[in-house]
Amino acid sequence: MEELFERLAFSVKEVTGFIYPNEIELHWSILIVVYPYLTGLVAGAFILASLERVFNVKEVEPTYRLSLLTALAFLIVAPLPLVAHLGHPERAFEIFLTPNFRSAMAMFGFVYAWYLLVVLLVELWFEYRKDIVVWSKKEKGLKKVIYLILTLGASDLSEKSIQFDKKAGKLITIIGIPSAFLLHGYVGFIFGSVKANPWWSSVLMPVVFLFSAIVSGIALMILLYMVITLFRRKPVDMSCMDKLASFLLYAMILDFSLENLDFIHRIYESEESIKILYQLLISKLFISMVVIQILLGTIVPMVFLAWTKLARLPDELRRLIYFGSAILTLIGIFSIRWNVVIGGQLFSKSLRGLTTYKMELLGIEGLLVALLFLVLPFIILYILVALFPPWKEAEVELEA
Amino acid sequence: MNRRDLLKNLLIIPPGIFLGGLFLKTLSLLKKTPLGKISLESIYGKYNPHAHYYAMGIDIDKCIGCGRCVEACKIENNVPREPFFFRTWVERYVITVDGETKVDSPEGGIHGFPETLSEKEILRTFFVPKLCNHCDNPPCVQVCPVGATYKTIDGVVLVDKDYCIGCRYCIQACPYGARYLHPETHTADKCTFCYHRIVKGLQPACVEVCPTGARIFGEVKPRNNPLARFVRFNKLGVLKPYLNTGPKVYYANLDKEVT
Repeated sequence: MEELFERLAFSVKEVTGFIYPNEIELHWSILIVVYPYLTGLVAGAFILASLERVFNVKEVEPTYRLSLLTALAFLIVAPLPLVAHLGHPERAFEIFLTPNFRSAMAMFGFVYAWYLLVVLLVELWFEYRKDIVVWSKKEKGLKKVIYLILTLGASDLSEKSIQFDKKAGKLITIIGIPSAFLLHGYVGFIFGSVKANPWWSSVLMPVVFLFSAIVSGIALMILLYMVITLFRRKPVDMSCMDKLASFLLYAMILDFSLENLDFIHRIYESEESIKILYQLLISKLFISMVVIQILLGTIVPMVFLAWTKLARLPDELRRLIYFGSAILTLIGIFSIRWNVVIGGQLFSKSLRGLTTYKMELLGIEGLLVALLFLVLPFIILYILVALFPPWKEAEVELEA
Repeated sequence: MNRRDLLKNLLIIPPGIFLGGLFLKTLSLLKKTPLGKISLESIYGKYNPHAHYYAMGIDIDKCIGCGRCVEACKIENNVPREPFFFRTWVERYVITVDGETKVDSPEGGIHGFPETLSEKEILRTFFVPKLCNHCDNPPCVQVCPVGATYKTIDGVVLVDKDYCIGCRYCIQACPYGARYLHPETHTADKCTFCYHRIVKGLQPACVEVCPTGARIFGEVKPRNNPLARFVRFNKLGVLKPYLNTGPKVYYANLDKEVT
């Protein structure tokens, strides 16, 4: 507690103008920045995977299974920062048991459970069932046991049952797309529906969250695919990369347009909050929003990606551009989350002053824990990939 | 097991586990408070919450910024002494002759306010005591994921500290900055109108100690009531009326600069 008071005493000195005395403590920390970032990556990766299934975009097939596994790895971690941030994590389960149905946040449990249990796990199971059955026969020891359990007793490998897997998988994907939209649109709604906060309160918030999610998901898959093929010493499938890069560019154009619409709308309406929000933008958020989010995270990758469309560039250079753009985009989307969550708490609801966020380093809501939650999905993904190799060559060909 | 059965199982088992859990939880709750025995009497005793509907009036012209209310509130309600946690606080507004508005609330006004400007520079100045508005349409109650914050029958917004999970959504949703996270209980905390006092027919601590009678507590409906008089003889304003929260702290002589 002493440490908290020390931190607050420091924050008091950083206040400019007037803020309500209770506003000195900033309540949603970096963990709440990480949470929408993770769910965004889940939704984005899943929507990308769905393209192949539902819209038959054959070029992105090499990333199909990897996208699903990535979505799962990130989804497993997504609720952890939320729980860690609670004042009483041991009471977290009450959200499931005695939800207040008027609360947007209370719906989290249901949206999450639906997405994990009904969409993602079922889709993965149908996608991998054939392989799991074969692996359960081929492998030995612990792995064999794991695969055996995962077959859930359905070891039928007849032509008919395989066809059924395919059909069921497709159906789940079709249910999955609106579910992924729901998962992340809902996260946007949590912020967009807070009428007390003019920085958050916007009907566009869920839509902007959704499109930025798609952008981040595609960027993540480009990055993951390139890094993994590098380590596997395989050639990069350039037609797949070109297609992903196109999708990334289109999604970015949409996302950026929506954000600009929000921006222009605010300036044009010029409501009472406009002065303090302008102060916020040019002082506290200048680096994270103007420089990182807009310039480096959006405009630079968009220009480079557009360049690859307009000019015939050698494969090497295109790969470099895709790689760099994906990294910049991922940083850019993280700063979007930062600017929404932290930015929305840096000005007073009295609209008369600004405060500062002093991040902890070691505490439960500190930087290290946040980094852990950002790294953890990759560790889980590593295990998932080891258990369920998503590559074409690993897929088992059944003997006719 | 064929595919169809399996699919069925997949659709039935997870919700089944969930509903089963819900059932068990309900059972355990029922054990604690057997159904039928939950009556208002078991909670309130002889006090009848249906007979009351509380609100507060504040006459800005009477407030002298002494900060006694802030002090009394901290003592009465065990609010942490540190100047970052307040159930009530006082703000000072100074509008200068240059048309600039300066607002401050040093340590919530608990020690009063030091003089900062000379009289020549001041156009008008006044103090504004603030507290939870006990809104009729409270955004904090709406957003609480577990229903730990709620509106009582007699119109007071309370927090159940044994139930609050500490997500702080209510603090974000309050437009008035009336809530804080209690550093000891790690749950949301705020003004209760001194609920433990008012159900006994006493005044809230801040009202009790106010030397100028700037705070008037009571009910709007019965006419023989200090608040009813206050509401009858003053032009009233509330804070941020455009947000449709329906505040029940009514201000007389509210200035346009107050946010």
